[in-house]
Amino acid sequence: MSINKKVGLFIPCYVDQFYPNVAISTLELLQKLGCDVSYPMNQTCCGQPMANAGYERDTLATTQHFLDTFESFDYIVCPSGSCVHHVRDHAPCIEGKETFQKDIQHKVYELTEFITDILKITDIKGTYPHRVGFHSSCHGQRGLRLASSSELNQPVFNKAKQLLANFEGLEWVELSRKDECCGFGGTFAVTEEALSVQMGKDRLQDHISKDAEIIIGGDMSCIMHLSGIASRNKQAIQFKHIAEVLNEAII
Amino acid sequence: MNHPVQAAKFLEDKSNAKWHDETLWFVRDKRDLSSKSIPEWEKLRELASGIKDNVLSNLDSYLVEFEKNAIKNGIKIHWAKDAEEHNQIVLSILKEKDCKAIVKSKSILTEECHLNPYLEENGVEVVDTDLGERIVQFLNQPPSHIVLPAIHLKKEHISEIFHEKLQTEKGNNDPYYLTQAARKHLREKFLAAKMAITGVNFGVAETGEFVVCTNEGNADMGVHLADTHIACMGIEKLIPKREHLGVFLRLLARSATGQSITNYNSHFRSPSEGKEIHIILLDNGRTKQLGREKFRNSLKCIRCGACMNTCPIYRRSGGYSYGSVVPGPIGSILSPGIDLKKHSTLPFASTLCGSCSDVCPVKINIHEQLYEWRQEITKAQSSINAKSIAMKIANGIFSTPFAYKISGQIMRGSLKILPESVTYSNLNTWGKERDLPELPKQSFKDWYKNKGNE
Repeated sequence: MSINKKVGLFIPCYVDQFYPNVAISTLELLQKLGCDVSYPMNQTCCGQPMANAGYERDTLATTQHFLDTFESFDYIVCPSGSCVHHVRDHAPCIEGKETFQKDIQHKVYELTEFITDILKITDIKGTYPHRVGFHSSCHGQRGLRLASSSELNQPVFNKAKQLLANFEGLEWVELSRKDECCGFGGTFAVTEEALSVQMGKDRLQDHISKDAEIIIGGDMSCIMHLSGIASRNKQAIQFKHIAEVLNEAII
Repeated sequence: MNHPVQAAKFLEDKSNAKWHDETLWFVRDKRDLSSKSIPEWEKLRELASGIKDNVLSNLDSYLVEFEKNAIKNGIKIHWAKDAEEHNQIVLSILKEKDCKAIVKSKSILTEECHLNPYLEENGVEVVDTDLGERIVQFLNQPPSHIVLPAIHLKKEHISEIFHEKLQTEKGNNDPYYLTQAARKHLREKFLAAKMAITGVNFGVAETGEFVVCTNEGNADMGVHLADTHIACMGIEKLIPKREHLGVFLRLLARSATGQSITNYNSHFRSPSEGKEIHIILLDNGRTKQLGREKFRNSLKCIRCGACMNTCPIYRRSGGYSYGSVVPGPIGSILSPGIDLKKHSTLPFASTLCGSCSDVCPVKINIHEQLYEWRQEITKAQSSINAKSIAMKIANGIFSTPFAYKISGQIMRGSLKILPESVTYSNLNTWGKERDLPELPKQSFKDWYKNKGNE
């Protein structure tokens, strides 16, 4: 299928530097799904780490740069709910360019919501014979509403898990705390190091005690934190970004 | 108070921290079950939030209406602009009645005003009659949670305290036995008290009545045995009509403990013959908060404590780590408005996960306000500190593709060549208990370029 629209690939800075395979998988996946994707080479960072640390006002130039970089695309797609949440909801307003900025903000999508809501694809087939735990990243889940939240009285949904619903052999583990935060939280990971690590350990334990072999998530920042703890403690559990799983499944 | 330092201390006792986390998660779980048992839950939250919006937008006229109706009912109204004035009013009423001892049911507002130490300094005995509050009072501690004041203590610890203070059997940890001992002890205090203080959960503008919610019935016991009842009330506690209690009482109990209804929702309207009811309406920074557009929503809070029970930080750091009268997420957006410098670490004691906002029965956007307080705090702090300079440099790097590319290469390069002792030294907080990801040979940008794209 093809949507005949130009998709700009928005790759978070730490994914660019640390997890190129996640970016490659996102690119290939979108191409396989019929999108005309390109990666504007000039992109840098969306400014989230600074803004969440209390320096939103210092991200004006970064935000302006983001808008300029992605101006010409019909859609902007990113394999991170957290970065999309920032661009959409927190980036500082560029004075005099409010309409231009709003237009771009409305074109930015997290990868799984782009597939389910814009491409309207729900029946990806694949084989994944593993016991899998899903890590719901908070900014995507509660910020972008990519999944229902356990606090709310609403129908249960999860856009990422929905895309894997037809995967043969995939067995989800039922977590005790479905959507508790893993403790990454950007600068929180270092400013509140003790808490951050404890939260990460608890999250891991929930998956491991249910015999999950692999944790799938939609945000590499949380995964970087969780896998860092697992690696230090010689825990054998593996980690995958949903883009990698989907891309491997589609030939 | 420095939250990270206090949190790290709390986590040193691993088994206690785990127990604390699980105990509060149990309450959150009960809340989930209870809130999901009524299909209109989200509609109730919407309604409650809307009613409180209306109250905050018309607070002046509702206060005047409430005062007028309360006076008509024979209640005496006092206005206090701050904690000092509030405490002076309480003391003046006590002096007028020549009263040297009071019983007090749970009131976070009196904690906020530090009423207990003030009265004690003035020779008045104060007995907190809520069981949890009595326990922490024995220890000279403030409550660690606004609904569950002694949630940080285990029954073994309480048994020790009661053995010392109430001469219970040493080592008898049976909760029933301990509760009975407290009951007997408090009965004597109730019977002797001439004056009772309560908080106020809801003041009803149209009738001039107020509602106090307790599970132990201690507010009623105190009030009905005393000759004078002083109700201490924040000016934001108003609701327009009695019928609105149908929204708030359903939300409050379910959010707080998972109960369908609080055991005692007592309405106070007029004093019995020969008795007096006083209401002290306290501002203490509330109108200031009302004037802060981004933060006024925080005044909708009905003090259910659900944001504490759900908060992964609160559960793992305990109420005292916040160093504020109201701890947890709601405290972290209320306290900076009172003393920005003292509470400057609190808005950062969060991952902005948003669970607090989703659990809040009156839909306060708590995590968004935490984000906004961060912006205010960094502005208030000196602009010449290492962190803010780093942010300005970052903005320079991220707005320049070339600088970003170079800094990325240096970062990946130096991580590869530096010895482990440097990257994992104490300077590198990330590496204390976490490994860094394995470093790829090239960034995505390089890969993409090498594929012939530009």
